Order: sequence, then structure tokens, then C-alpha cells
Amino acid sequence: MDNPTDLKYLATHEWVRIDTDVATVGVTDHAQDQLGEIVFAELPDVGDSFSQGDDMCNIESSKAVGEVHAPVSGEVIEVNETLEDEPEKINSEPYTGGYLLKIKMSNPNEVDSLLDAAAYQATLG
Amino acid sequence: MTRITPELIFEKGYDGMKNNFVPKMDVEEVDLNAILPPEFQREDIDLPNIPEFTIVRHFVNLSEKNHSLDRSIYPLGSCTMKYNPRINEVTARLPGFAQIHPLQEENDGAMELIYNLGEQLREICGMDAFTMNPAAGAHGELTGILIFKKYFESKGLKKDKIIVPDSAHGTNPASSVMAGYSIIELKSNEFGEIPLDQLEFAMQGGDVAGLMLTNPNTVGIFDRNITKITEIVHKYGGLCYYDGANLNPIMGVSRPGEMGFDIIHLNLHKTFATPHGGGGPGAGPVGVKEELIPYLPCPQIVKGTQGLACIEQSDTSLGRVRSFWGNFGVLVKAYTYIKALGAEGIKRAANMSVVNANYLRSQLQDIYDIPYNANGRFNMHEFVMDCHLPNGVNAEDVAKSLLDRDLYAPTIYFPLVLHEPMMVEPTETESQRDLDKLITALREIYELAKINPEQLKFAPHKTPVGRLDNTYAARKPVLKK
Repeated sequence: MDNPTDLKYLATHEWVRIDTDVATVGVTDHAQDQLGEIVFAELPDVGDSFSQGDDMCNIESSKAVGEVHAPVSGEVIEVNETLEDEPEKINSEPYTGGYLLKIKMSNPNEVDSLLDAAAYQATLG
Repeated sequence: MTRITPELIFEKGYDGMKNNFVPKMDVEEVDLNAILPPEFQREDIDLPNIPEFTIVRHFVNLSEKNHSLDRSIYPLGSCTMKYNPRINEVTARLPGFAQIHPLQEENDGAMELIYNLGEQLREICGMDAFTMNPAAGAHGELTGILIFKKYFESKGLKKDKIIVPDSAHGTNPASSVMAGYSIIELKSNEFGEIPLDQLEFAMQGGDVAGLMLTNPNTVGIFDRNITKITEIVHKYGGLCYYDGANLNPIMGVSRPGEMGFDIIHLNLHKTFATPHGGGGPGAGPVGVKEELIPYLPCPQIVKGTQGLACIEQSDTSLGRVRSFWGNFGVLVKAYTYIKALGAEGIKRAANMSVVNANYLRSQLQDIYDIPYNANGRFNMHEFVMDCHLPNGVNAEDVAKSLLDRDLYAPTIYFPLVLHEPMMVEPTETESQRDLDKLITALREIYELAKINPEQLKFAPHKTPVGRLDNTYAARKPVLKK
């Protein structure tokens, strides 16, 4: 699967979709592929605040637990509740139905520090 | 192998059968109403009507479904599944050890054994005092980290972080977090060692209580900079914690105390041959350097002018971590093991564990990818292979295929510094002939991956149950029948 060009990325395999001051966050196709079948997503609560780079939540597969970092600072305004029953969506639709959460950004300038699709692809070697 | 039977022992009894396993009352009868409120009493205890031989068959059948070291090789990386010599079982069953109770009036023999075992472990590890109380390895870790905490509190210092390298045991970060610390993870370098500059950078933060380290680490590499590492941690006022999970290859050869470690826990059930992995319980003694002795948990057995004494509590101690004196039977077995081998034997066992691991590696590295061996560097007691076999056959497939050959599978998917890791630790137990069986099987599996990968991907085929769906088991666990 190609990394969508309308998204921004972290070298730690998170993606972000920016919609004015709201950032939708998920993990990349490469991340889900490396982790294998996801069995559980431990998401934060709505209202939790994070700074860019913080450990925000964990996603667990049968072989490992992966940490998800906050790509931008801000407050969680929505978590993807369908993952509670269908964590496999992270595997099957990493860029759409398998998103993790939405953050209201407190510092939109941070977006400039994120990678574009080509730069992220380059980190995968 | 027999197939799984669905019946529980409770389902095997039936009316008309009699059980004879409740022994005759041999103490004075007491009126239940005098000691137990009615809501805690019941008429029926629901034991199945089942004769002794049915019970024996039930458990023998179950035991045949189990793989154990008494059956064949058990090369489970980082677990040191070594043979438990039968003499350990003999001593632990001596009535003077087996039929005593910690509350009886005199326990001089037990106290002496605990004290003497502590002396032996001090000698082997280069530490100043040991507590035998913790019940297992991770419990020892938690005890050790609580000693960290007591130490810094007593100095009025606030330190809330602990450094754990990515090649550490998974329990290290867990124990630290349980004790209230947060973790700084250090990525090991291309040699599988700690990058000194990053360690120093992390220590400079000023809020770091210390470092937890396994040496040799989980990829079986002895960190050549070990004394520099402990110096750096000490320079910034931190403490160094040695996870004894991998002590086996260095026991009698080098001492964690001399490497600069302040606290150590041992797994008697790994290194000192007491059974574990369902055959437990374990024991996780914790050793400390002199300045940390006041914080050890109680009770402590100490030698005074009047002989041995038991200190039940002290103002500086972190308190009790376990009822009574810990898992005493395990201590008897470990003491037996040490005394049976002697100083020379301990060292020889360590050396043989290294020879065995490197023999295995040397016979597999032409087809399996085994990193961290640049410039012909040797491993210690274990090594990690990255299992990318032809046609997408992975570590799990290799592991399951070993089960079909009546060999236990090494640890897989740990440590995750590789993608398809398989961590192999043969221990000194295995002979060359037994190691060759494992080598032949692993080479056969590799060849099979080229011509019949499907057979491997659906393995195991000969075990009581076939390939389990790990994902489904985690997503929709059936916890109750």
C-alpha cells in the first residue's frame, strides 16, 4: 500500500491528517504490517492532553506492543471507539477506518516538523 | 502423543464410585459453629466420587501432554531451563527440611541453610549481603527497585526515572513502573551493547535513579564496557541494578559486584537448577552492597556473637515482601546444587553453557541469520537468530515445526531488536548428541521451507492441539467453559 500523499508522517510510523486545527492520527501501513495482527488498542481518554512526541497510547499485536507518539501537541477530542470491538481495522484500513484518535492542536506550527509521504518512505529504506 | 481429553477431573466421578483420598481425622474434632460463622460453612464440598487409580491416570495423561526437560531439550532463551539434578529433590524432601514450619519453636537448621546459601551467593556474585525472601525473579526486581527508592528517600533526593536498555528483560521496565518510576529506554548499538554517550546524556538529566542491566544481555552478548557503564551511572549519583537472569555463563567466572553493580537479583530456579516453568515455585534472592544493607526487607538472618539470629523488623528496612522466609524448599535445592558442584563445578557449568551455545551457533549460522558476531566474536550462553526463511516462513513457523519433532521451541519474538527473533539457550545440560538433534531439526526445517512451506505454516501436526489462532485467542478469549 502506498502512503497517501495528503498525509503527514512521523519517522516512528504515525500518520496525521490535518483539517484546519484538528489532527486525525493513525499508524502507517508499514507499522501495522510489522506488528502483525492487532488484538487490542489501548486508547487515551477524550480530554487528555499531550505534547508532541509523548507516548500517547499502545497498540498490541500477538507478538508485540507498539507505542504511539503524539505527532502534534493538543487535546484529544475523539477516539475511534469502533477499535474496541474491531482492532483488526488497524490492519485492514490503517489510513481510514483504522484511525486512532483526533487531536485539537494547540500549536499548529508543529505540522511543519512532520514528514511528507516521500520523506517518510525514504526512512523505510 | 495422546489427544486432548475434554474431561475435567470433576467430570470423571460418578455415583457408586467411592473416593478414598480423604485421610482419617487425626486431630481433635472441633465444633465448626464455634470457629466459623454459618455463612462460611457448607454441607457439600463437591469432590468427585473417583477412585485413586482414576486420579493417577488422569494426571499421568495430563503430564504426557506436557513437554518438560525430563523428556527432551528445552532451549528456551533467557529462561535457563537446565536439568534439575535428582539429588536436589532428595535433600528438599528430607523430613528435617520438608516437615518443618516457620512458626515452630526452633528452626536452627533452616536458618543455617538460609544463612549459608547467602554466604555462597555473596561469594559467587561479589555482593555484601543477600535476602532470600523474594519468591521469584520479577519479585526480586521489584524488591531491588524498592531498595533504590528507600535509598534515595533516605538521602532526601527525588529521582523518578530508571534507564533500561532495549536488550533488557521485559520485566525490568515493568518492575520499575510498578515501583513508581518512569522509564528511559536506551537503544543498544550494532554490537548489542550500551552506547556510552547516550547513557551519559540520560544520566545528566539529574532525575535518574539508576540503570537496570542484564549482562550478558538477551542477545547473549557480554558488554565489554561494563565497568565504564557502572562508572558513568555512579558519577551522576545513580545506582546500578544487575538482573541475574543471565548469570549462568559467568557464575564462578566474573562477579557482578566487581563490575560495579550495587543490587542484584538471582533466579535460583534458573541459574541454580531448581525446577521452574510450571514446576516452580521459584526464588529471587536480592543481593546488595554494604551501604544498601539497612534497606533490605525483613526478616533477615544475621550472624552475631550468639550465633544466628532473625531480625523481624528494623526502622530502615523496606519491610516484608513475602510471608515467612520465602520459598524455602527452593533454597534447599539451590544450596544442594552449589554444594554438589563446588567452586570448580560451578565455573565448569558456566563454561559449558557458553561452549554449547557457540557450538549451536557455529552449526547454524551458514543458513540462519545470527547477528552481533562481527569479527568472530563469541556469544555467551545464548544467541538470537533472525528467522526469515524461504517462502515467508517465519520464527513462529520454525518454533511450531520443532514441536512436531518432539523438541521444545526456543523463545520467539523476543527481544524485538530483530524482526523474527528466535532466542536459543541450550544450557550446559545438553550433550553434543542432543545438540546435534536440534541442529539437524533446524537445518531440516530450513530445507523444507524451500520445497514445502505450507507444511511449516500449518505446523504443529503431531501435538495434542494444532496451530492455535493467537489473534483470535487474544481478541475473543474464552475464559470459562
